[in-house]
Amino acid sequence: MARARGARAGHLRRKASDNLLAYAFMAAGLACFAFFSWYPLVKGVILSFQQDNFVVPPYWVGLDNYRALFDDPLFWTAWKNTLFFTGLALIFGFALPFFIAVLLNEFRHFSGYFRVLVYLPVMLPPIVAVLLWRYFYDPGAGLFNTLLRGVGLPESQWTQSSTTAMISLVLVSTWANLGGATLMYLAALQGIPGELYEAAELDGASVWQRLRHVTFPQMRFIMLVLLLLQIIATMQVFIEPYALTGTSNPDTITVMVLVYRYAFTVNNDFGLAAAMSVLLFVVLGAFSALYLRLTRSSGD
Amino acid sequence: MTLTAPTQSPAGPVPPAPAPPRRKRTVGATGTASRTLISAVDLQRHRTLYFLALGATLVVFTLVFLFPLYWMVTSAVKSPAEYAQSTPTFIPESWHPETYATAWTNMRIAKYFTNTVFYAVGGWLLSLVVDVGVAYALSKLKPVFGRVVLGAMLASLMLPAAALLVPAYKTVVDVPLFHVNLLNTPWALWLPAAANAFNVYVLKRFFDQIPDDLLDAAAIDGAGRLRQLWSIVLPLSRPVLGVTSIFIIVAMWKDFLWPLLVLQDPESQTLSVALARLANTSQVPPTELMAGLAIASVPMIVVFLIFQRSIIGGLSAGSLKG
Repeated sequence: MARARGARAGHLRRKASDNLLAYAFMAAGLACFAFFSWYPLVKGVILSFQQDNFVVPPYWVGLDNYRALFDDPLFWTAWKNTLFFTGLALIFGFALPFFIAVLLNEFRHFSGYFRVLVYLPVMLPPIVAVLLWRYFYDPGAGLFNTLLRGVGLPESQWTQSSTTAMISLVLVSTWANLGGATLMYLAALQGIPGELYEAAELDGASVWQRLRHVTFPQMRFIMLVLLLLQIIATMQVFIEPYALTGTSNPDTITVMVLVYRYAFTVNNDFGLAAAMSVLLFVVLGAFSALYLRLTRSSGD
Repeated sequence: MTLTAPTQSPAGPVPPAPAPPRRKRTVGATGTASRTLISAVDLQRHRTLYFLALGATLVVFTLVFLFPLYWMVTSAVKSPAEYAQSTPTFIPESWHPETYATAWTNMRIAKYFTNTVFYAVGGWLLSLVVDVGVAYALSKLKPVFGRVVLGAMLASLMLPAAALLVPAYKTVVDVPLFHVNLLNTPWALWLPAAANAFNVYVLKRFFDQIPDDLLDAAAIDGAGRLRQLWSIVLPLSRPVLGVTSIFIIVAMWKDFLWPLLVLQDPESQTLSVALARLANTSQVPPTELMAGLAIASVPMIVVFLIFQRSIIGGLSAGSLKG
């Protein structure tokens, strides 16, 4: 009895010291999260109800920032542009990696080379990809117009025309990012049991029918996950408009560009920028929550 | 980084999966293991078509994905006159490799390059130490409220970069309690980078698979908790530490928006931020800028070519179960 009690006391003591130790191990991490994640989250919401221009101490203004946002025509332009970009990016950037993966999965040669190739642009610093394409898009000596001239097609103003500016941004963004999704689709495709295709073929299913009735259903989950990821990423697009068309071009101003303008370049109004961030957070938070639920639902 | 949307690299670091099995090199290899949409028999039967499709894909993909890089590297060695002519040359007619050296010194790429390496290595070390500490404590010491801590950290993954940008910037300018200004210092990049829930989660999941019995046995031999971490957990976790390290370094090298905000002093800027700034000034000849772009890409391409198996394996494994 006494020994059992002693062992239990020892166990408890160990438990207590483990707890102390655990928090010692976590101290740095907790501090980093507290200062740069949890506190800013709260601070952001508070800021959105304050007037703060770094000159005078912040003071409460209620809903004034939100009202100012709704009155700013750029606010609506930015949302419209962002949704346009996201939509276009989905047309190119969502379907393309899937079909590239299906295609590459059929090849029995150069599979390593193809994988490296599609992922190469993803490794480049984004600013490099964007600045490189800025030269391709140059209406005069740019590569694209040279190629179009070469095959006798009409030239385009690319980023400098309001009709093609957004498409140009989407093209470079797709080029720079599709490798990641492609490789994930490829991995998922390899997980599809060959017997399914075998059985479908025995039942007389054509290639197209096999794609529709075997590949698609097997890939549905990862397609949904990547769809969410892409919506979340593209709605925060910044670097493409920033470096290609500038932060004051109404054709390509996006939500993030507007946040940047409000806080750092034009208005120096942190409250306004914070209010815009809160709105974006509300929109994207729903997608993020769904994404985390899907990917982490099988326990932690 | 929480400040960079966790979603921008669609799959963060993850334990490396075994590399995908190498496909048989013959067309129409038998065996259902590698059975795909089109059967081996069909591929064999339509061999000409297969090789035509393969050839076309090889050409198109090389043009689309590799040619822009070739263009970047070779444009830099052209003379400014050749570069500016309205019909670009595909193979440089003039040869000025010294442009790279000029860019290195004139554009002060050397300075920005060193800055970026310093930020990436420092951020990597700090993130690793901090995140391993948290993951080890949560996984093996199981403190009270451990689940709450993990939940609160994971919740930060839901925050888009936009939500934190402005308030995090304010925090960096005047850190609460300490009242220091981290603007233009490495800490403005390092500390937010260490608050990476994805790393914590991936490391914790890996540590969870290490049997407690191993640690208990070491404890009986008199090893303390720190010793157990150092001598048992970390050596066993080499693969996950490797992949996590690669993804941290790549993320820090590629980061743009956050460094743009917190490193306003040109002296402290990263290569990406400096290139964006220099691209908008007229003092830099375009050939030198191309050289700068190429130089900024080289480390990432080298990292990729060396660690491609880990990177591709990590992406493949990480898409679904982080």
